[in-house]
Amino acid sequence: MGHLFGRMKVTLLALLAAFGVLAAPAVVSAQEEAAVEATEEAAATGGYERMAPTPGKGMPTDPRSGEEGAMAKSLTFQDQYSDLGIYALGMHDYILLPVITAISIFVLGLLFYVIFRFNRRANPVPSKTTHNTAIEVIWTIVPVLILVVIAVPSITLLARQYETPPEDAITVKAVGYQWYWGYEYPDHDVEIVSNMLSDADALAGGEPTQMAVDNRMVVPAGVPIRLQTTAADVIHAFAVPSLWFKQDAIPGRLNEKLMVINEPGVYYGQCSELCGSRHAYMPITVEALPMEQFEAWVVEQGGTLPGAEAEEAAAEGEGEAEGGETTEVALAN
Amino acid sequence: MATTADSFAPDAHHGDDHADHKPGFFARWFMSTNHKDIGTMYLIFAIIAGIVGGGISGIMRAELAEPGIQYLGFWVDLLGGTAGEAANLHMWNVFITAHGLIMVFFMVMPAMIGGFGNWFVPLMIGAPDMAFPRMNNVSFWLTVVGFFSLLFSMFVPGSAEGLGAGTGWTVYAPLSTTGSPGPAVDFAIFSLHLSGAGSILGATNFITTIFNMRAPGMTLHKMPLFVWSVLVTAFLLLLALPVLAAAITMLLTDRNFDTTFFNPAGGGDPVLYQHLFWFFGHPEVYIMILPGFGMISQIVATFSRKPVFGYLGMAYAMVAIGVVGFIVWAHHMYTVGLDVNTKMYFTAATMVIAVPTGVKIFSWIATMWGGSLEFKSPMVWSLGFIFLFTVGGVTGVVLANGGIDDNLHDTYYVVAHFHYVLSMGAVFSMFAGFYYWFPKMSGKMHSELLSHIHFWLFFIGVNVIFFPQHFLGMQGMPRRYPDYSEAYTYWHEISTMGYWITLVSLVPFFINIGYALLAGRNPGKNPWGEGATTLEWTLPSPPPYHQFETLPVIEDHHDYHDHVSTPQPAE
Repeated sequence: MGHLFGRMKVTLLALLAAFGVLAAPAVVSAQEEAAVEATEEAAATGGYERMAPTPGKGMPTDPRSGEEGAMAKSLTFQDQYSDLGIYALGMHDYILLPVITAISIFVLGLLFYVIFRFNRRANPVPSKTTHNTAIEVIWTIVPVLILVVIAVPSITLLARQYETPPEDAITVKAVGYQWYWGYEYPDHDVEIVSNMLSDADALAGGEPTQMAVDNRMVVPAGVPIRLQTTAADVIHAFAVPSLWFKQDAIPGRLNEKLMVINEPGVYYGQCSELCGSRHAYMPITVEALPMEQFEAWVVEQGGTLPGAEAEEAAAEGEGEAEGGETTEVALAN
Repeated sequence: MATTADSFAPDAHHGDDHADHKPGFFARWFMSTNHKDIGTMYLIFAIIAGIVGGGISGIMRAELAEPGIQYLGFWVDLLGGTAGEAANLHMWNVFITAHGLIMVFFMVMPAMIGGFGNWFVPLMIGAPDMAFPRMNNVSFWLTVVGFFSLLFSMFVPGSAEGLGAGTGWTVYAPLSTTGSPGPAVDFAIFSLHLSGAGSILGATNFITTIFNMRAPGMTLHKMPLFVWSVLVTAFLLLLALPVLAAAITMLLTDRNFDTTFFNPAGGGDPVLYQHLFWFFGHPEVYIMILPGFGMISQIVATFSRKPVFGYLGMAYAMVAIGVVGFIVWAHHMYTVGLDVNTKMYFTAATMVIAVPTGVKIFSWIATMWGGSLEFKSPMVWSLGFIFLFTVGGVTGVVLANGGIDDNLHDTYYVVAHFHYVLSMGAVFSMFAGFYYWFPKMSGKMHSELLSHIHFWLFFIGVNVIFFPQHFLGMQGMPRRYPDYSEAYTYWHEISTMGYWITLVSLVPFFINIGYALLAGRNPGKNPWGEGATTLEWTLPSPPPYHQFETLPVIEDHHDYHDHVSTPQPAE
């Protein structure tokens, strides 16, 4: 519960940051949290070990689960684990949802008013008013203003989503096949094939059914990932709701998008473009690990790590990239 | 005063026998050139297609009531295939495809434009018939044949997995080309060609009729708003459908003649298909709702006993929606990898549509404001429409944001959104129009009690189906899935319960039709009172086989809302 509250606070702070009230602290606190967890886990294990999912994190919430607040959580988006997701969720929760709720209730209220005030019994003689320029102008201008209020954060969000991955970002190429995903790591010479686990196997591993896979897409947490998507046969879509990430995988095209996962964890997603009969059975599982464990995973997969020097440089570069990003957020406001 | 609409009493005292001379059964119904008969056939056809399409929703909702595959194998066997895991899953895709295509092309469009448009555009503008009566008949039978082509596709091989076209109603390449080698997809595409050709012919017919056959004195700005809505819709059809025809013809040649319009191996691009499809597809959603807007305007004015508020704003809001509807198509494609400026443009352009739509909602409310509301069946359906369409509209504003849509695209949130605007918007307006005009069309009055029961059950049912789907979508449940993770079960169960309520609501509807046809009293010329001011209410119910042999005259002192005013005392 404390964790949930923490997340809500982070969301709120991120939003405030967006409006120029506060800048860095929200982002920093999330990263610190992630870093602490990461160090602890790395110290505990050393090598790669398949991570067990955290209930309620990176997966849909079952309102029947009986956990506190499960019903409420099932009514909205999954908790977000990327800065973009936190921003987008904030925009939905604090701008879009209140606005659309207010508009719907306003229209409903007006309908009830005319139903009770202007029914035949209450108002037997109808007026003949058919024009009122002032009110017509108002109900044209006010929606325009509301839309402008929505458009500002909306366009900001789009601009951020199109940030180009830095040069040293780790490249992962997700290839959609009928009906499984392949993940290629050109920087590490690793290629894996990812198939859905049966319900029994998923449950045995404490994972949600029809979302768990045998070989996960393993990536490091907290560093930029250049996620490329393409497909071998028909169009698929790579989607992970808790990372606010969805990108079509289209034959003959290579789509690319920056993915930064704030903290280690297991994040589930599913193919999101109709691709034939087993469309529902090619889920996506992203496992974000601290860098050391990710490297251990690469080694275990028989991949190669970039040279030690290059690695150090990369690590520094990442640090700068992140720092740069934070500054940019601050500057943008 | 000489002959004016005021004193106009068509066919009341002369020529009824002559005017009502109807051809024999075959000639009347199979070689029809009468707009009212063709309209009736369109409505019956739409009801049949609606039963098929709605029945398929029932199969889908039953399957989705719990995780796992329960019933699909049964349907595979029943439809002539061999049940097995792959075939069962393919069956699902065939169902979603058929449901979408049937509801769009064979239920909503035929009912709105073919049915109500054919029936009431000539009546409302004071014309004896449509401009091209034989072409009108061609339009109808092309639609029927198209429907059979689609049904037939369910019984021929679609893909390696089984019978039928499992491409989704969007028929995206390459799933619809290299991904579905069987002839089923060809039949499905051909069905769109046929019904599309029918719609294009219908659109030219409506445009010609409305531009050339209005009664003397009925200027464009005196036309009823329903006629305006059909006029705008006809232009959308005329401009959008040829693009669909081109796109699906390219699919056919890609499939059968080794062209590579959408195949990257030959320099083509699957995304090109999506641009073409949605250039048609987005105007298509307005094609489905604009005639509904028109009907709601007539009905709200009638039962408020008050002219429509802001008539010109209402008419030009529809024109604006039609125009802007052509430049927002890529908001259906936010995740294909559009560049940032494109996505920003489509986000902004899409939100603009909310403005004319808002004008319409507020104008309907302003029409009722100060009115004298009577809650007859068409009016309660219209009130339901206004609220539910608003709910569907505001979730559209959420989805318009490209950055937000990154999460919601292809989830149940989208399913909920477009069912709120169609299954509730378009369908509520159709039921409103049906109860409004059924007495006029049939000459029999339906039961108000049964239609109110129908309304409340349907209202509750569809909301129980679709409101929880917003939650599923936000939680990440993708569209077009026959099976899902345990966590989604709860809201799916509730959604399926809503379907059963909706199904039950149709019982009073059909009983009502049966009751009215067997025992309904004749409503006379105008059962709805002084608020009903358009020309169809000057005619007997049902109207004579040929009406307006003497054209009504709309004189200068008439406005858009008083085509029929109280007869002046003779001078």
